[in-house]
Amino acid sequence: MARAAASQSNLESDQADEGKSALIDATDLETKELNGQLRELMLSGVKKVNITNVCGQRYIGTRLYTPEHLKMEIEIFGTPGNDLAAFLYGHKITVHGNAQDGVGNTMDGGEVMVKGRSGDVLGFSMRGGEIYVRDNCGYRTALHMKEYEDKRPVLVVGGNSQDFLGEYMAGGIVIVLDLHGRTHKANFIGSGMHGGVIYLRGNVEQSQVGGQVDISPIDESDRAVLDKFISRFVQHFPEVGKSKDEILNSQFVRLTPKSKRPYSNLYAY
Amino acid sequence: MPRIRRELYSKEICACSIFGAMNRDSERFTGAGVMKAIANMHVRGNGLGGGFAAYGIYPQYKDYYAFHLMFTGKSPQAKLSAKKELDAFLCQKFDVVYDEEIPHGDEATVSDPPLVWRYFVLPKKQGEDPSLSDEDYIVENIMLVNTRIENAHVFSSGKNMGCFKGVGYPEDIGEYFMLDKLYSAYAWTAHGRFPTNTQAWWGGAHPFSLLDTTIVHNGEISSYGTNRWYLEMYGYACTLQTDTEVIAYAADLLMRRQKLPIEIVAKILAPPIWDAIDQMNEKEKKLLTTLRMVYAPLLMNGPFALIIGQTGRMIGLTDRIRLRPITAATRGEMFYLSSEEASIRLISPQLDRVWTPNGGEPVIGELNSMRKVLQ
Repeated sequence: MARAAASQSNLESDQADEGKSALIDATDLETKELNGQLRELMLSGVKKVNITNVCGQRYIGTRLYTPEHLKMEIEIFGTPGNDLAAFLYGHKITVHGNAQDGVGNTMDGGEVMVKGRSGDVLGFSMRGGEIYVRDNCGYRTALHMKEYEDKRPVLVVGGNSQDFLGEYMAGGIVIVLDLHGRTHKANFIGSGMHGGVIYLRGNVEQSQVGGQVDISPIDESDRAVLDKFISRFVQHFPEVGKSKDEILNSQFVRLTPKSKRPYSNLYAY
Repeated sequence: MPRIRRELYSKEICACSIFGAMNRDSERFTGAGVMKAIANMHVRGNGLGGGFAAYGIYPQYKDYYAFHLMFTGKSPQAKLSAKKELDAFLCQKFDVVYDEEIPHGDEATVSDPPLVWRYFVLPKKQGEDPSLSDEDYIVENIMLVNTRIENAHVFSSGKNMGCFKGVGYPEDIGEYFMLDKLYSAYAWTAHGRFPTNTQAWWGGAHPFSLLDTTIVHNGEISSYGTNRWYLEMYGYACTLQTDTEVIAYAADLLMRRQKLPIEIVAKILAPPIWDAIDQMNEKEKKLLTTLRMVYAPLLMNGPFALIIGQTGRMIGLTDRIRLRPITAATRGEMFYLSSEEASIRLISPQLDRVWTPNGGEPVIGELNSMRKVLQ
């Protein structure tokens, strides 16, 4: 059960503007207890929480929806469990370490930074906000990512991706920088893709991408998009040791769907 | 008709958990860390099966085959009568050098435990075909026990290794068999079960094993029927009511009897799709096409992540498009495989390397001593 978090946590007053901050030691806390504490803290007016000794607790940041759009900043030390930032509603989460599967599942808004690698289904069904992963990511990244009107999710990965990147992707922007490699090894990129755009630094073969995907060179408007989000990437991860220009001055390709409705004729006789 | 209001299922519907830890310098360690690690993935299972395989635990009997037997039945009498029948069979076919009940904790802590016994044996071949190897003889007789003797099941049969399993969360099963106190192994694998298609019973928990090969598995083998039919032609009887059993027998057939290397076996169990084969060079194309044709009935369809344990080796493998997770990591001489990275970090916060292997590509940890012999 969620305990009275404020009494348990080490509350300390921060600079006046920033609001209150707090610390949670997640040792032996269950998923529900940890997320309960986070919610209590947010409702009591805390703006920033550091969580230490995180080890596999799931859904961190998920239960933080309020009709008033309360916002919180969360720093995670350790290894958060699956579905970190699922349904995230405008909060900011930084992970000092690796993340597991399902980061940003159906995330609605806010920002997630992973100072390490991420597992499978990163950004699954994401519909808003931004995710930055410093190192590699697993299978099925950005699976069915989508966009609507002004909500356009952004996902930037510093390393490489494994297979099925952007599978069934319906919207949003995915950027894979592959900073330590030159050619992407993933296969089935953009299988079933019918919206959004994937930018890959370096090159990719036609055989690696789904049949309904066009590979094209980037133009000036693409360059502006890349400029904006790569700037943020290098700001978040100075330890990568690369400048924005250094990264931008490489070859990029753009992957876009040939059709918005690739299966429109499949079931229509 | 009025709709019946259903209770909300209070348990999160999830998946199995698998974990493995190996010291490549052959240093042995207790099951305590592995129990802690698999318990960290508690929510993946539902308490209907847990188990462990441990390698290097019987150095004093290392030249004998260690049989772990499970005697089920409704009453203590039924269990004892199954044991009596088994004892008679065993004495006829094997030299039993030592046997005892496997020590365990309070029976009230687990549900409906069978009588679990271990026997250290050597084959007593009489008038058999002289070309029959000890191991073939043992497999043949295990199949006889499992199909002919009611309520008796051999669930572990290798040298200097053993499986421990039952119905419960893996940490409870580990505690029941006191794996943190009584045993030291250079490699441990562990499993927390979330049964999907078959009922939970002690024999249906993972690992599944034959001789020194053990399997812990997360996923579902939808090709079970085909695989089972094929393996039956080679004398393997599937009696344990769980799909994972076929992987253990397939591994025995391919690796022990046909002596294929794991790299090839991985391509049989989880072959690349035809489109990928079309992209390969002629030599690879020929090999993989041949494998797919010769071994089509051993293709394991459906999602899986599994850890294969063998003497001196621990192998991680997923289906070709990795529909179930596996994370590999190393720290010094330690090699880890897990469904989730957090479980590895719990017992080894610092890691030298962490990665998620590609689907269908095996990750192999081998004892350094074995590696030297092979080289």
